[in-house]
Amino acid sequence: MKFAVVVFPGSNCDRDMYHAIKDGLKEEVDLVWYQDADLTEYDAVLLPGGFSYGDYLRSGAIASTSNIVQQIKEAAADKKPVLGVCNGFQVLLESGLLPGAMLPNRDLKFMCHHEELRVENVETMFSSEYQKGGLIQLPIAHGEGNYYCDEAVFQQLKDNEQIVFTYTNNPNGSTGDIAGIVNESGNVLGMMPHPERAVESLLGNADGLRLFQSILMYWRNNHVIHA
Amino acid sequence: MSSMLEISPQEIEQKRLYAEMGLSDQEYKQVVELLGRRPNHTEIGLFSVMWSEHCSYKNSKPLLKKFPTEGPHVLQGPGEGAGVIDIGDNQAVVFKVESHNHPSAVEPYQGAATGVGGIIRDVFSMGARPIALLNSLRFGSLQHPRIKYLFEEVVRGIAGYGNCVGVPTVGGEVQFDDSYEGNPLVNAMCVGLINHNDIQKGIAAGVGNTVMYVGAKTGRDGIHGATFASEELSEEAESKRPSVQVGDPFMEKLLIEACLEVIHHDALVGIQDMGAAGLTSSASEMASKAGTGMKMNLDHIPQREKNMTPYEMMLSESQERMLLVIEKGREQEISEIFKKYDLEAVAVGEVIEERRFRLLHLGEVVADVPVDALAEDAPVYHQPSSVPEYYKEFQAMEDYQPIFENYEETLLQLLQQPTIASKEWVYDQYDSMVQTNTVVTPGSDAAVLRVRGTKKALAMTTDCNSRFIYLDPETGGKIAVAEAARNIVCSGARPLGLTDGLNFGSPENPEIFWQMEKSVDGMSEACKMLEAPVISGNVSLYNESFGKAIYPTPIVGMVGLVEDTSHITRSDFQRAGDLIYVIGKAEPEFGGSELQGMLEGRHFGKAPRIDLVVEKERQSSLLAAIQAGLVQSAHDISEGGLAVALAESLFGEEFGCDVSLTGNAAAELFAETQSRFLVSVRPEDHEKWEQLVTEAVFVGTVNNDGHYRLSMDGETILDTPTKYLKDAWKGAIPCLVKSKA
Repeated sequence: MKFAVVVFPGSNCDRDMYHAIKDGLKEEVDLVWYQDADLTEYDAVLLPGGFSYGDYLRSGAIASTSNIVQQIKEAAADKKPVLGVCNGFQVLLESGLLPGAMLPNRDLKFMCHHEELRVENVETMFSSEYQKGGLIQLPIAHGEGNYYCDEAVFQQLKDNEQIVFTYTNNPNGSTGDIAGIVNESGNVLGMMPHPERAVESLLGNADGLRLFQSILMYWRNNHVIHA
Repeated sequence: MSSMLEISPQEIEQKRLYAEMGLSDQEYKQVVELLGRRPNHTEIGLFSVMWSEHCSYKNSKPLLKKFPTEGPHVLQGPGEGAGVIDIGDNQAVVFKVESHNHPSAVEPYQGAATGVGGIIRDVFSMGARPIALLNSLRFGSLQHPRIKYLFEEVVRGIAGYGNCVGVPTVGGEVQFDDSYEGNPLVNAMCVGLINHNDIQKGIAAGVGNTVMYVGAKTGRDGIHGATFASEELSEEAESKRPSVQVGDPFMEKLLIEACLEVIHHDALVGIQDMGAAGLTSSASEMASKAGTGMKMNLDHIPQREKNMTPYEMMLSESQERMLLVIEKGREQEISEIFKKYDLEAVAVGEVIEERRFRLLHLGEVVADVPVDALAEDAPVYHQPSSVPEYYKEFQAMEDYQPIFENYEETLLQLLQQPTIASKEWVYDQYDSMVQTNTVVTPGSDAAVLRVRGTKKALAMTTDCNSRFIYLDPETGGKIAVAEAARNIVCSGARPLGLTDGLNFGSPENPEIFWQMEKSVDGMSEACKMLEAPVISGNVSLYNESFGKAIYPTPIVGMVGLVEDTSHITRSDFQRAGDLIYVIGKAEPEFGGSELQGMLEGRHFGKAPRIDLVVEKERQSSLLAAIQAGLVQSAHDISEGGLAVALAESLFGEEFGCDVSLTGNAAAELFAETQSRFLVSVRPEDHEKWEQLVTEAVFVGTVNNDGHYRLSMDGETILDTPTKYLKDAWKGAIPCLVKSKA
């Protein structure tokens, strides 16, 4: 399986994502600079965390206007797995690939530590390797991770089972304790916590690895079926 | 020769305008002699910044020479952007500390942020990828609203810059004392990783080569920043806000990636960041080091504002700018790399044979001075020193003995002293994990980062107990280095070397100069004994406000090498049933202790003694035991003594303990006797451990019952829920920050 990590000016978790795939998942992966990308040759698209364009204007806002977003939308339409973590999630929101918006954290401070998450939905290509209702630990590191959506969208997210991860101890004020959601088709996941920071026990936690293994399982199953 | 609009050389002399720029009459005369004529406005500006303490070290040079700077692993000592130490496998670690005290005193967010930005540039200009940041901060009492503001904004500024630029902030320290009330300290340290063959130098070699400017445009911010850093803070400090630069971490991030690409290009001759004194220092130092000269056309300098004068351009300290020397004719190749990152590299000058620093503007020569006059010929002062009265008094005093009644209450209060209390409120705002190498995150004795693709790891810490240095600078200087090394060893690493951030009051005060002299003596001796050479550093003097100097604060930033990640050790107890040992006997030493400060509201008397031979022996045997896999946790016993160290080791997993001690209760619990460690060991390893570390004394066990239980000569004097103590320790700083004074 071949992953693309899209690098925007100001992305800073790009290499972490790269190593999570290469050394953690042990699959093929390229860092793809936003200007000279051709995403058609990849099986999955990863949007890393960081501060694309310095978070100027609004987190993810400027990156969402770059040409590569069209390619990301095409990859999503092709039902390829598209994962946005942290700033990547913000880019997905700003691009309209996921509903809702991001506000500054409730306490108006950047925060970085491990948070406990509940896996709400294991029927997605990103979470099949987890147990439903299972509790996992993932690091968060954000200043604007307070997910907001209106009542109607929230109801829709619940009805469609689009909420994949929730916080057990909501750190930032997110609506419905939401930590990660998928789109209606289930192939675009945006999440604030960083699974790529939790793929090896040396760094204290490997709970994030199963997310990437889920993607790989999905891809393999799909390929076996279509082969 | 000078532009019509500018002040004439005659006026500068007659009105003594050089004095406003920080030059003395004598220094002005020296400039006139060096030039053989009176300097014009631009030229006197160049001299004033290059001859400021911040750039020239004119008051501290004689002292800095005392530091041991060489060692078998040192690849680059002081003199370049940052020092470099070999860590094997063709890899090296690059690090340096820098102060941003005065800017942070008047504009804390930007002052702290640009301090971080500056030190990162020092490291990547060596060709290294910045992998970690640490910060050493000092503030007055958090009771004052102004101090709360400074504290909150400095932390926010460090977070705002470091988080965005993608370099994890992994450690450091924060201490509080009234002496920093008007003059906080913000020292930032950056650590980088490099392959030997990528090490760069800031040299302008090769006559005819092109000087290129890249990064942010030059504006009117930060003009005379280096001079501002070299004088005392006064009531007019607020008016110096325009001397504080504004940071753009996004621009810095682009520069890091672009420059780390450029260093692999063979057209690059030299690279240096524009730090203090901006274009003036980077350009003149690069030429001076290469034995060349430089000609620059200021019309080509990218400018943010209109009608900037040569004086303003040369003295601006706008951030995120780099100066490169490129082989002639290959400018385009370099520009292409920067273009990818939307950065413009502009040719602004050339390397010339004649050893002059010549600036052109609108077709006129606006400055023409000998290169070495700026960088090398700065005056050096041997300031007089005298023993302060307070020191004589302190040395003559009887040993201070604390009087308190309740052990539990005393421990509880100590745990809430801001200097001891949990700093989670601070480090939670820093991204400590980006780059995914951080094995030990903030809160332990030292931070530890693995070196990806190897078995190695790097331990790093900053330390300086300025209370001891105030009481006795020589002893305190030894303690500062020894304590940093203790933290490194407790993490499972061997000290490699250190960077020093020397923060003092005015060197022109003989008593302050004496503090400088003595603490450097003490530090040097400890560096030699503990085999930790000084490879880089920074000097920040004139840290005074309203005539009051800060405590002498020579910060030690130390890096150590963990040979195998399996040696990485934390300060938290790991398992119930483990045996608790103490290395080193407590003495009734309370001068400068947290307990003294808490009970008396001030520090006085003698600093605790330190024997560097004992220190070295204990560190070596503890490290050997760690490397032999015999140690579960290791913690140095410092502020608040054993009682506090024990509590801190329990907090992680909220373990309990049963500890029995004998002797002088106050000393056993709270004395800050040096060279002591708190260690836990698996029961099955106790024989091997005791053989290896013969000085270790068994004092008790870790248990699961969540109670901190301690007896003295058989009588239980502490029996308190760990959680109760932890909550107090954790809640102290958030509570102080939130409270309305």
